[in-house]
Amino acid sequence: MEIKDYKGVWVFVEQRDGKLLDVGIELLGAGRTLADKLGQELSAVVLGQGIAAQAKTLGGYGADVVYVAESPLFKVYNADAYSIQLADLVRQHKPAILLVGGTAIGMDLAPRVAAKVNTGLSAHSVGVDVDKDGCLLAKVPAFGGAVMASIACPRHRPQMATIPAGIFQRPAAKAGKQARVETVKVELDPKKVRTKTVEVFREELKSRPIEQSDIIVAGGYGVGGKENWKIVEELAAVLGAGVGATRPACDEGWAKLDEQMIGQSGKTVRPKLYIGMGISGMVHHLIGIKDSKVIVAINRDEKAPIMSSADYAIVGDFKEVVPALIAELKKGKK
Amino acid sequence: MRELNIVVCIKPVPDSRYWDRLSLDPRTKTLRREGIPTVISPLDKNAIEEALRIREAHGGKVTVISMGPPNTTEVLAMAYALGVDDSVLLTDRAFAGADTLATACGLVSGIRKLGKVDLVLLGDQSLDGSTGQVGPQVAELLDIPSITHVDKIDFVDDDTIRARSRIELGYMVIEARLPCALAVVKEINQVRLTPVDGALWATEKTTKQWTATECAVDANTIGSKGSPTYVPEVANIQMQRKAEVLKGDPATIARQLIEKLKSAGVIEG
Repeated sequence: MEIKDYKGVWVFVEQRDGKLLDVGIELLGAGRTLADKLGQELSAVVLGQGIAAQAKTLGGYGADVVYVAESPLFKVYNADAYSIQLADLVRQHKPAILLVGGTAIGMDLAPRVAAKVNTGLSAHSVGVDVDKDGCLLAKVPAFGGAVMASIACPRHRPQMATIPAGIFQRPAAKAGKQARVETVKVELDPKKVRTKTVEVFREELKSRPIEQSDIIVAGGYGVGGKENWKIVEELAAVLGAGVGATRPACDEGWAKLDEQMIGQSGKTVRPKLYIGMGISGMVHHLIGIKDSKVIVAINRDEKAPIMSSADYAIVGDFKEVVPALIAELKKGKK
Repeated sequence: MRELNIVVCIKPVPDSRYWDRLSLDPRTKTLRREGIPTVISPLDKNAIEEALRIREAHGGKVTVISMGPPNTTEVLAMAYALGVDDSVLLTDRAFAGADTLATACGLVSGIRKLGKVDLVLLGDQSLDGSTGQVGPQVAELLDIPSITHVDKIDFVDDDTIRARSRIELGYMVIEARLPCALAVVKEINQVRLTPVDGALWATEKTTKQWTATECAVDANTIGSKGSPTYVPEVANIQMQRKAEVLKGDPATIARQLIEKLKSAGVIEG
């Protein structure tokens, strides 16, 4: 393998139910920055059926080239079909970098492609950059979130990373910018598709996703129980806020993992105001809130890590402080 | 029903109850984990549980396989105590320092040496690395179909499984023919308590220890040598803010905070 033969930044833009996912568009923004630093092209790759018209619009989000592969085999995600096609495209066009959105499907697809083309992949990356030699450095919190590791893939190509939704801001669409569309001739042998998807179930989202809330009230393991969790929810109700949680709080069953977990392997939020209680402040969680405008932490321990990452560090028991806050806020409303 | 050969890949991880004692060696950029107990990564225990349940329903054999230093046998003894039939430890300096692809390569060499396998089970993500990459990569290298994020497994017939794979706001139900690999999530089952005779069972069983040479694996594909990725840099994370401390009487704190939030323009009033 000749490293110098590999050029360009690729973003796999996932579609679900025939709609392109936001995370793919966010990664085009990140990919554009990398491509400009390298002086190379940015390409989007889309697999689906009846998706060409939408795929073309990716030029407006910074893609120079859009590869569109359409087949009934790509309508719903299939691990074999997708990974074989994407690996084939990689072998044929030799991109230097391949970014994949860290969705449940992206996390299933990317490691297969990496294994097929024998390259390195960094998971749950929260930042990407290129070093002076043009090599990708993916930032990944490591060791329980105590430190940030840079992961490099010096001798294999493409350099791959999965990046969760919400880490990068969605770029604004630029009118008039057109991408060169490359229609991929799909030559996938259906016999190589060894699994069959017999049902897809999608729940309707009942409430507004928390990442769209201006204010977020979040609780962690320190909240201590389902009964106490009501205090978190009551403050949120008074503020018209979304309710977020750390992973341990979701593991305890107080909040929903899919919808409420904030952090590296959950959601990234950027509210105007974040109020956290019963949260020690593992980096995994802090990464998901660091772009909040104002951070308030309530903790009995002044030395808890979240306190130094907050604008306002309230030292006290949230079971006393929060009811006082609720009373004061209600007073103001009258 | 035919009997199944089930292999469960398990990862030894530092017990998360002691994570505050972990520290980073600034020179080698590796984890200092002296004195910290090692346990089976939690979702791998769910994988063992599921394997035992499948064995109970179909008959067959459950073998656990792991990779690590020789004392990892203590972790494999915990798997014996739960009731697995056999265990293998891949232990060799050549396996050390592996990233996910090189780990998958090593595990696959051991699985191949085990002979005919019908089902490979593992946890969807490990407690420490949490990449979720080893499962799909093991399947790729074994060239068998696989399903990740699995919270339910049913048998359609002797040679076909139907698994439910969790995705954002829903799931997909996927069928695959055996042999296949399944990466399971916590919700799939409740791990049994170690049976009373488990500890005794564990003392009677020994773990096979295999070197890289015994697994006939190309040394260039395993360990740090076989890892496409490496970690050139580790840094402490800076996420400091002004951390203005408010303390004292809750009512006073509440008034002060609301004033500050109003003047910052983040709440109305």
